[in-house]
Amino acid sequence: MKICVTAQGNNLETKVDPRFGRCEFFIFVDPQTLEFEAVQNPNIAAMGGAGVQSGQLVANKNVKAVLTGNVGPNAFSALNAGGVEIITGISGSVKEAVEKYNKGELKPTGGPSVGSKFGMPGKGQSDK
Amino acid sequence: MIISVASGKGGTGKTTVSVNLALSLTNVQLLDCDVEEPNAHLFIKPEIKNTVPVYIPIPQIDKEKCDFCGRCQEVCAYNALVVIKDKVLVFPELCHGCGSCTYFCPKEAIKEVDKEIGCVEIGEKDSLQFAHGQLNIGQAMSPPLIRTVKQYANPSRTVIIDAPPGTSCPVIESIKGSDFCILVSEPTPFGLNDLKLAVEVLRKMKIPFGLVLNRADIGDEKTDAYCQKENVPILMRIPFKKEIASCYSRGENIVGALPEYKEKFEKLYKDIVRCRT
Repeated sequence: MKICVTAQGNNLETKVDPRFGRCEFFIFVDPQTLEFEAVQNPNIAAMGGAGVQSGQLVANKNVKAVLTGNVGPNAFSALNAGGVEIITGISGSVKEAVEKYNKGELKPTGGPSVGSKFGMPGKGQSDK
Repeated sequence: MIISVASGKGGTGKTTVSVNLALSLTNVQLLDCDVEEPNAHLFIKPEIKNTVPVYIPIPQIDKEKCDFCGRCQEVCAYNALVVIKDKVLVFPELCHGCGSCTYFCPKEAIKEVDKEIGCVEIGEKDSLQFAHGQLNIGQAMSPPLIRTVKQYANPSRTVIIDAPPGTSCPVIESIKGSDFCILVSEPTPFGLNDLKLAVEVLRKMKIPFGLVLNRADIGDEKTDAYCQKENVPILMRIPFKKEIASCYSRGENIVGALPEYKEKFEKLYKDIVRCRT
């Protein structure tokens, strides 16, 4: 079983990226063994529809859940269609997020946590 | 003749110039193509006679015929469709209504349904013909609506098009096909920066153009120097005047409040005609 965590770097020590559609990296990780694969997000500079594309990328990896800061409405629909649990409000390191997930402390969200265009440059926030 | 009024920078006086030029001429039609925030009607106060809804075609998937091959997603330039496992999701607010998905679907599993994006309102004030577009709140796709507004252009009249600010798709759509474009700017660093972008666009589109410098007595000399160097004719200078600002704030027109400006706008039109010949 795999989950996905949005990250600002390519390993488990880096911070969770608060953006979903335009995060720096997707880290696909087995929460038990901590074996992981980091995938650079090809949609960072998409003109529009980054949430849709990223949602599809993650859904097609057959993950059980995605851990991130925020998801917008389009990404939410795409992930939902792929049957992926969406857990928002995550911060700290990727490893800490996975540990919290393992302890069962994280609950899926029922809807998008931000509006469209949150992750566009100059919009929303990035805690780098 | 179609004369469009564009600017680069917002808030430089496009509507002021469009409206006052329209009111200074006879046999004229004003089209407000700034469909995201049309405001020429506030100054013209036309009687709206006709309201026509405008639609774009949005794909609808026939789940019986679709085999989730992903061709629609591949040909969509705007990420408006996505295939996830055995589902096709359509995101109407990302769709430009181009029809590629329907055209390329190998199973003919896509049909197009109309989605309303706004309306065109057509009216008149005395002998002035008027039309503008009103984009629905929440809609991002203005070019199809702008195209529809322009279909109401009356070829037997001088058509003045009030364009949106900037240099992106809605502006291109508005000024496309114009015989002349008036750029309105102000002599400030921001005004000049965006003027340069607009000049590049017009040169690329091969539309003849000239500049109306608004609030011409503020700012610096750099816009004048740029125009001289680049051979951009300055057709008119409107001073930074309290009377002008105050009549604007009341929804009145310069040519109404300060009749000497009627001549200046008539001269602007004559100079445009001369520029063209």
